[in-house]
Amino acid sequence: MKLWHIIRQFFLLDMIQGFSVTLKNLFKPKFTMNYPLEKTLTSPRFRGEHALRRYPNGEERCIACKLCEAVCPAQAITIEAEAREDGSRRTTRYDIDMVKCIYCGLCEEACPVDAIVEGPNFEFATDDRSKLIYDKDKLLQNGEDFEIRIAERLQKDAPYR
Amino acid sequence: MTIPFLELLTLENIQALGWIVAQVLTITLPLFLAVAYLTFAERKIIGAMQLRIGPNMVGPKGLGQPIADAVKLMFKEIIIPSGASKIPFIIAPVMVMVPALMAWAVIPFDKGLVLADINLGVLYLLAVSSIGIYGVLIAGWASNSKYPFLGAVRSGAQMISYEVSMGLTVMTVILLSGSMNLTAIVEAQQGMWYMVPLFPMFIVFLISILAETNRAPFDLPEGEAELVAGFHAEYSSMPFALFFLGEYANMILMSGITAVLFMGGWLPPISTPLFDAVPGFFWFSLKVAFVLFVFLWARATLPRFRYDQLMRLGWKVFLPFTLLWLIIVAASMHIFGLVGA
Repeated sequence: MKLWHIIRQFFLLDMIQGFSVTLKNLFKPKFTMNYPLEKTLTSPRFRGEHALRRYPNGEERCIACKLCEAVCPAQAITIEAEAREDGSRRTTRYDIDMVKCIYCGLCEEACPVDAIVEGPNFEFATDDRSKLIYDKDKLLQNGEDFEIRIAERLQKDAPYR
Repeated sequence: MTIPFLELLTLENIQALGWIVAQVLTITLPLFLAVAYLTFAERKIIGAMQLRIGPNMVGPKGLGQPIADAVKLMFKEIIIPSGASKIPFIIAPVMVMVPALMAWAVIPFDKGLVLADINLGVLYLLAVSSIGIYGVLIAGWASNSKYPFLGAVRSGAQMISYEVSMGLTVMTVILLSGSMNLTAIVEAQQGMWYMVPLFPMFIVFLISILAETNRAPFDLPEGEAELVAGFHAEYSSMPFALFFLGEYANMILMSGITAVLFMGGWLPPISTPLFDAVPGFFWFSLKVAFVLFVFLWARATLPRFRYDQLMRLGWKVFLPFTLLWLIIVAASMHIFGLVGA
């Protein structure tokens, strides 16, 4: 063993082995994603920016049951509700503090009408924290912007729920 | 009435001066460009070996990156620490940079294409490449800060230690070629490059130049884990850029020396009519590029040496080994009657 050790050291065998590894890697395909230009695939269960959805006829889904507000472990959701003229119960205020939110997805789980969902978007960084306190308008706007992807995602995940 | 200096300003003298300056510029300007793109090649190659793609955003394929880096460095502030000795602090980077450029005077790029075809070319190279140590030592000393100082001490010890084995490996080449003129050394390799009969010396030389240029795995002088950045920790902006340029210019220089001493300089690998038609400069640059690739390859592969291991390798392994090999070469030349070949 001792002799083999000396031979290995003298003829730099370990080093040759190491050099061959790096040389092989030189020609392998690279893992780098050119991030703003390329993006990795996100899972259908990806929990990104929140959105409030509407029914196809334009009526908002949320019925102000406040289950999401109750289940939210970070207490990031604030809801106020009252009856509308036609007698249906709707929210007058639906705020999510995105700084508090821990993106656990419990609001989405709790929602009986699939109104609040976490969409596929994760690029909502801003230079101002006040922009991260989302109100109902912003959330509904998100719902409109990402509806196609959200619907696709919900459909893909439905068999496992 | 006449001022002595003005009398020298004849047309002939100015022309001669201009010719020298032009010669110097034709070597140094492409060299600066080569240094810039060596840093780019380093980032690309090491990136590829680590399964990354390296810089690719500035310009086509990221080729503008070195220029962007240079512009960034130029617009930074030059900070001189309050405790530093100002003049040595400013001169030190120049002292690292200039010898690396000076040495190119004797390197033959092609047959007859050499700035100064002097008979003691090898000696000149060894002498000039040693001057760079002063710059490093002065930089560490003038910074008046403990990490640069320790880095400079390490660097000095390391460069001197490896100069010994480097000098001895070069001795074997001189023995075989019977000349210290670099052009003559290249021409003596017509039949066979010296890296074939002197293969162990070639490997020792490669490892020694890694240590000599403070490159990984022997980059202890700038070991960032313990010494921040080593001898240039206090430098910023252009002085820092000069150290950086000096390090990479040294790498290219050492690769050039390796190409000339062991890989047959401008000679093609096999003497066929097709290969002979290619200008020798092409073969020379190809060999330099190969050795540079080995530099980067080693950096991507090997972890840093411990300092005692570095010293042990230099003094207890390389020195006896090269001495032994020198004797073997000399003895075999005597036995086979090759003396003065």
